[in-house]
Amino acid sequence: MLPYVVKRLLLMLPTLAGVALLVFVLMRVLPGDVVELRFAGESSFASKAQLDIERRRLGLDQPLWLQFVQWIEGVVRLDFGRSMWTGGPISREIALRWELSLEVAILATTVAVLLAIPLGLLAAVRQDTWVDYAVRLFSIAGLAVPSFWLGILMILGLLVAFGWLPPIEFTPVYVSPGRNLAQLVWPALAVGYRYSAVATRMMRSAMLEVLREDYVRTARAKGLWPRLVLSRHAVRNAMLPVFTVIVLEFAFLIGGLVVTEQVFNLNGLGMLFVESIAHRDYTLTQALVLVVAVVTVLANFVADLVYAWLDPRIRYA
Amino acid sequence: MAGAAAVEPGAGPGAWRTGTIADFWHRHPLGAAGAAVIAAMTLVAALAPALAPYDPLAPDYGAMIARPDAAHWLGTDAFGRDVLSRIIWGSRTALTIGLACALVGATLGAVVGITAAYFGGLVDLLVERVMDVLLSFPLIILALAVVSVLGNGVGNVILAITVPMVPRCSRVIRSSGLAIRRAPYVDAARAAGYRHTRIILRHMLPNVMAPYLIMVTAFMGQAILLEASLSFLGLGVAEPTPAWGLMLKGAAIDFAETAPWLALFPGLAISLAVLAFNLFGDSLRDALDPKLGTP
Repeated sequence: MLPYVVKRLLLMLPTLAGVALLVFVLMRVLPGDVVELRFAGESSFASKAQLDIERRRLGLDQPLWLQFVQWIEGVVRLDFGRSMWTGGPISREIALRWELSLEVAILATTVAVLLAIPLGLLAAVRQDTWVDYAVRLFSIAGLAVPSFWLGILMILGLLVAFGWLPPIEFTPVYVSPGRNLAQLVWPALAVGYRYSAVATRMMRSAMLEVLREDYVRTARAKGLWPRLVLSRHAVRNAMLPVFTVIVLEFAFLIGGLVVTEQVFNLNGLGMLFVESIAHRDYTLTQALVLVVAVVTVLANFVADLVYAWLDPRIRYA
Repeated sequence: MAGAAAVEPGAGPGAWRTGTIADFWHRHPLGAAGAAVIAAMTLVAALAPALAPYDPLAPDYGAMIARPDAAHWLGTDAFGRDVLSRIIWGSRTALTIGLACALVGATLGAVVGITAAYFGGLVDLLVERVMDVLLSFPLIILALAVVSVLGNGVGNVILAITVPMVPRCSRVIRSSGLAIRRAPYVDAARAAGYRHTRIILRHMLPNVMAPYLIMVTAFMGQAILLEASLSFLGLGVAEPTPAWGLMLKGAAIDFAETAPWLALFPGLAISLAVLAFNLFGDSLRDALDPKLGTP
């Protein structure tokens, strides 16, 4: 196991280096830079000399390879530098939004798990009955309905039915759990439904597979109470692939909620992403992309490891 | 093709066709329903100029944000443009982008995946790393870079959506490719001295057609969804092109309370289209590869 873990960890490095290089190049390919945008925003005339002074201050006058090397040097020391737009430390900019994004991700995952496991189980046990068809239709519709549109409909529904809109300002859960949930439960539902669709389908097919296994037949043959066969023998084994799906989707949620955050006006990482690109805030965008990539790569790794750990049949050489 | 595996032996050519479709309908009613919706959508897209009651681009400042009525079945938007006509024309945008992305993405992915599987070793390792980079890279940055540098054309949106599809397809096809790289006919082709490109394209690629077709149908729905999301963010198709995601942007939210039809109908169109492709794709997978099941 240990050589496998080490190999996987080492293989992450070239991937992350590739991501770093790609985002570095892409940001500099975009027309305009942070200096131009900031002076344009002040609607005052700025001479080329002024722009150059500002570029020199940000280190943008240096050769590209040197900028890249300096950035990577910082990253290796876990120092992402300062935002080119606000001037604040990037670790703080990200920390400010991280809380909201993480909470939405956790809530959406909860919604998804609560929907997916019972529904997938039910569909598998009642395979090819109307229950199965209803669950499959419900879950496949979850994949088809854009979650941002579902969000719009939710806001609309709340407005029409109760004349009420979710609060716009973020309240941390430890300040007021009620206000916090009132804001975040809606995006979590909109995203969680889609997310549950993936997990429900996985749960159903995993259950169908497990229910055909010899050990389930043996358990049934020895006259074990059917409910125990399901809970003790079938569900436990079917949970493995479902767990993988949940971990991977969770990683995606951390940085991937760009559109949903727009709809619900949430000030999370997705919104920060859009702003940082719009400002051509090279350092901040680069840091965000790296963070998202690290989370994705790590989630893949963790999913594989836990899978191997839970299922003794899987052995990595 | 979908139900080819289930053809009764000895059936004539005419019976083959009807038999296959009837069989597919019988075994996969949901998939057949999806196929019917896809066929209807294709027809609507093809006949858009004849079907649409109004010019989808023509503003009518006398009828802005009109309620759905006899003149405008689904109402009008903030510029007085007929929503129904824009949805009908929008099916062209959705289908074009969906089909182009799915075909280009899956084909490129298949070639990359097979190449990696065929050569193995260092090539495989390098290709896999590049694909990993693309997989862990946020789509939005890619889309924004493409759109900012090249502009909001339909072609550029296709490019932005295709890039993330390639690694997903290559991964699936690579694993199918690994299973056949030592197959006797590949060895025979190698022994006959064929070039690598010929072995990859002529001998290996046709043998991974089943996963390839499954990926194409799966990507169609995803591409339509992605296009809608990107257009909604202002990173996709640009006004005044009729596109469903674009119709949900701006006015649809600003006037959500007074004019809910602006938000309702384009979203329904997106959901129905993606649902149809997903249903069809699932059943196609079941028909082509019974081992895979429906995850």
